Amino acid sequence: MAKLLDQQRYKCALGAMQTVQAITRAIPILHSGPGCAQKLSDSIGSSGYFSPNIFPCTSINEKDVVFGGVKKLETTIENALKVIDADLYVVLTGCIPEIVGDDTGEVVSRFADAGKPVIYASTAGFKGNNYRGHEQVIDAIVDQYLRKADDRQKGLVNIWADVPYQDLFWLGNIRELERLIAELGLEPNTIFGYQRGIENINRVPKAEFNLLVSPWVSVGNMKKMEKKLGIPYLHYPTLPIGAFETSKFLREVGKFAGVPEEKVEELINRHENYYYYLIERYADMFLETRVMAKQFSVVADAQYALGITKFLVNDLGLVPAGQYIVDDTPKQFREEIKKEFANLNYGLKAEVSFETDAYKIHNEIKKHDYHGYPLILGSYYEKEVVEELFGHYLNISWPVQDKVVLDDSYVGYTGGIRLIEDIYSVAVQRWN
Amino acid sequence: MAIHLENSNVATRESRIGSITGYIGTLSDLAKQSGCGTLKGCSRCFSQSSSCLSTCALGQLAAIRDVAIIHHGPAGCSVEGARRYYLERTLAKKRGVTNNTVYVGTGMDENDTIFGAADTLRQIILEVYRRYSPKAIFVSSSCATGIIGEDIDSVVDDVREEIDVPVAAVHCEGFKSRIWATGFDISDHAILSSVVKPPRQKRDTINFKNFYESARPEIIEMFRNFDLEPIFLYCNSTIEELSHISESLATTCICGTLGNYLGNGLEEKYGVPYIRTINPLGVAGFETWLREIGKVTGRKDKVERYIEEQRAIYIPQIEEVKKELKGLKAVLGMGPGYTFEVSRVLNELGIEVVWALAWHYDKKYENGDVPPSMEYLLDNDIDFEASVADQQNYEVMNILHKYQPDLYLSRHPGSTVWAIKNGTPAVYVADEYMIFGYKHTLEFAQAVLDSIHNRSFEKNLARRVKLPYTDWWYEQKVDTFLEEAGR
Repeated sequence: MAKLLDQQRYKCALGAMQTVQAITRAIPILHSGPGCAQKLSDSIGSSGYFSPNIFPCTSINEKDVVFGGVKKLETTIENALKVIDADLYVVLTGCIPEIVGDDTGEVVSRFADAGKPVIYASTAGFKGNNYRGHEQVIDAIVDQYLRKADDRQKGLVNIWADVPYQDLFWLGNIRELERLIAELGLEPNTIFGYQRGIENINRVPKAEFNLLVSPWVSVGNMKKMEKKLGIPYLHYPTLPIGAFETSKFLREVGKFAGVPEEKVEELINRHENYYYYLIERYADMFLETRVMAKQFSVVADAQYALGITKFLVNDLGLVPAGQYIVDDTPKQFREEIKKEFANLNYGLKAEVSFETDAYKIHNEIKKHDYHGYPLILGSYYEKEVVEELFGHYLNISWPVQDKVVLDDSYVGYTGGIRLIEDIYSVAVQRWN
Repeated sequence: MAIHLENSNVATRESRIGSITGYIGTLSDLAKQSGCGTLKGCSRCFSQSSSCLSTCALGQLAAIRDVAIIHHGPAGCSVEGARRYYLERTLAKKRGVTNNTVYVGTGMDENDTIFGAADTLRQIILEVYRRYSPKAIFVSSSCATGIIGEDIDSVVDDVREEIDVPVAAVHCEGFKSRIWATGFDISDHAILSSVVKPPRQKRDTINFKNFYESARPEIIEMFRNFDLEPIFLYCNSTIEELSHISESLATTCICGTLGNYLGNGLEEKYGVPYIRTINPLGVAGFETWLREIGKVTGRKDKVERYIEEQRAIYIPQIEEVKKELKGLKAVLGMGPGYTFEVSRVLNELGIEVVWALAWHYDKKYENGDVPPSMEYLLDNDIDFEASVADQQNYEVMNILHKYQPDLYLSRHPGSTVWAIKNGTPAVYVADEYMIFGYKHTLEFAQAVLDSIHNRSFEKNLARRVKLPYTDWWYEQKVDTFLEEAGR
């Protein structure tokens, strides 16, 4: 049902064009109105080998609404194959063709012998947000392109994480997850970012297992791959940020993959030594900053709300105030996610609300007593309310206007250090 | 033109003023064909994505201070609210005012496309009013609500009884026009029909329609010489200010595409003259425009004094820079409100336009004339290859590849990078005042020089990247995918 999106935190399912764009040399073909791509792209960092103004689009007009846009879709795909040098063409349907009933699947099937793969995903805006659209694209790849492999490669691990572009740090994060997995002696395979494209998609069915690092996004994709491709999966719900969670992550993945325990412990030890060398040097900064209360709130999607809460509590010893998950998490995942927020060091439990109405969130933040100047990590929408409270603000979730990120990451030991740098770069701006 | 303020719907540019988005030929042919009424415009059997009229319409309205935009549709339609949140605050801060405009969505889902969501929309309008007490509320449709026939007019009529500020329905189905500038007309229509009041007194003000008012202080200063006070629209305008724009002595606009509906509407409805000269870009444009304002507002002498004074300062400097620009070849791609204006300025500066792309083309202005910028070029025997393409990047790249100009000029986000990947220096003529008056014409000329003096960035990038278009495409003619309209 329709609802008030006051300071909205996500796009619509067609936003999945950015998921396609994140796959090297894959291009979305939009069966939609002329302006959807421009609206759904972010102005900073959305160019590349392809950019939204390169995306072929049927640019549906009034006549197509009445008579259907099937013919236009066919010529658009046909000519996209001629004009644009890509490895994978993903047709994405917007609102109009899905309401008027264009048979997109039938049109796409005419290109089965095109020489390059052409697939399609149902991403009408009214079908859900871009987190769901992201899942639709991965499902389309699995359903329409991938085949079960005859033999699987021991130690090959597909890594899946949150939504490219929606997640400011997507590129750096997935690269860091790859590095961690490689350090365990496994071979990571991902399909997003620099030099990750069709070859990586082709390797997906050969993996020994899928590793999903996300509270809920792509759980459905994992189940589908388990069923269709026979690939088991490990679901690790918390984005590992900082030493505590990353070490836990390495132990869990190591155990699942059968990596010898001493090898895992040696790796953890090496990383933690360096991590605490840095922390030791800066511990007085954490202890003696006059302007930051011990309590904090995160206003973000489930991934960062959970990951950052665990980091700030378990690594830095802060205390969670209300945490706000704004990604419209499907109801069936909410209980499990809540349990994670109740699983913090020293029996601490974080109050978490699934709320998409910023007006309510901001009222709660204003009402809460943080026992000092709060630390709030959130979207650009939180900037003003934090200023009113003389708090510390860091823009870590969409929409982002306060930070430019090229390939920075908050994942792993290094990611924890980066997040500390960012938080305290804000805090040191004030003396008292 | 005839404007019908009693109806909340505005006819598209295509049907109202015969605008087109597909043409390839020359400037003179384009003008000739529009003059004798044979210009039909082509469609394309292949296109790349462009822009949505709702972004123009609601972007304009959201720039007004302390109003509410309610975009009724799926979450993707209202995603513009995120950008506007940032823009409104940033623009207000620069001006030293506050702007509490809110732009919300209704997050329509699949169920709503079957049963409609008029009741929820009504609740949302009332809730937004309760939360933020906006000074006006604009309720917009979207593609999805348009197709299912959601009656936003009735909802708006209904809530008017409970809300004591202007509430207007704004029809923004993205599929109804390929010309996003239709959105500008939609916003003007909403302002004319729901906010502007009949004049009670004439005032020494001039309505100045622009985008982001970056040159506001200097324009206020300039008009002070003529005892005129500019009212900048709609960025940081208040509803109160807008209600009085019928009392101004004239209306002018930095971009003909942006302002012609409002300008003509105010003239037709309230007799406020609309300045229809070439635009104040470059020397000829600035002087022609100023003189017309002098004439219309009865301030000829003051204007002449100002021109003389300013010429003495700037013309020698402009002449000096021109020496270095002479002989450069340029391709440009912009909205029609800029393409033919900037072409004139480039000609003034001694830069040869080899190809000009306009993102659309209005055959006639609302008053039935050929656009003045075109007329000027033809009267001065300036002709070049020209095409009309709604930001079709593959056509731009084909042209740049064939002509390898010294310079590409464009005004739309995400466009310049494609030129530099081709190894062509690009100048982003983003700010609407970038070539305004003598001073900015000089700055513009210097910016062009700076862009071509250091080509490191584009050479470095072009050397490393592969372009996404096939060799096949570069061998084709630019008009390969154009089809006669109606086919």
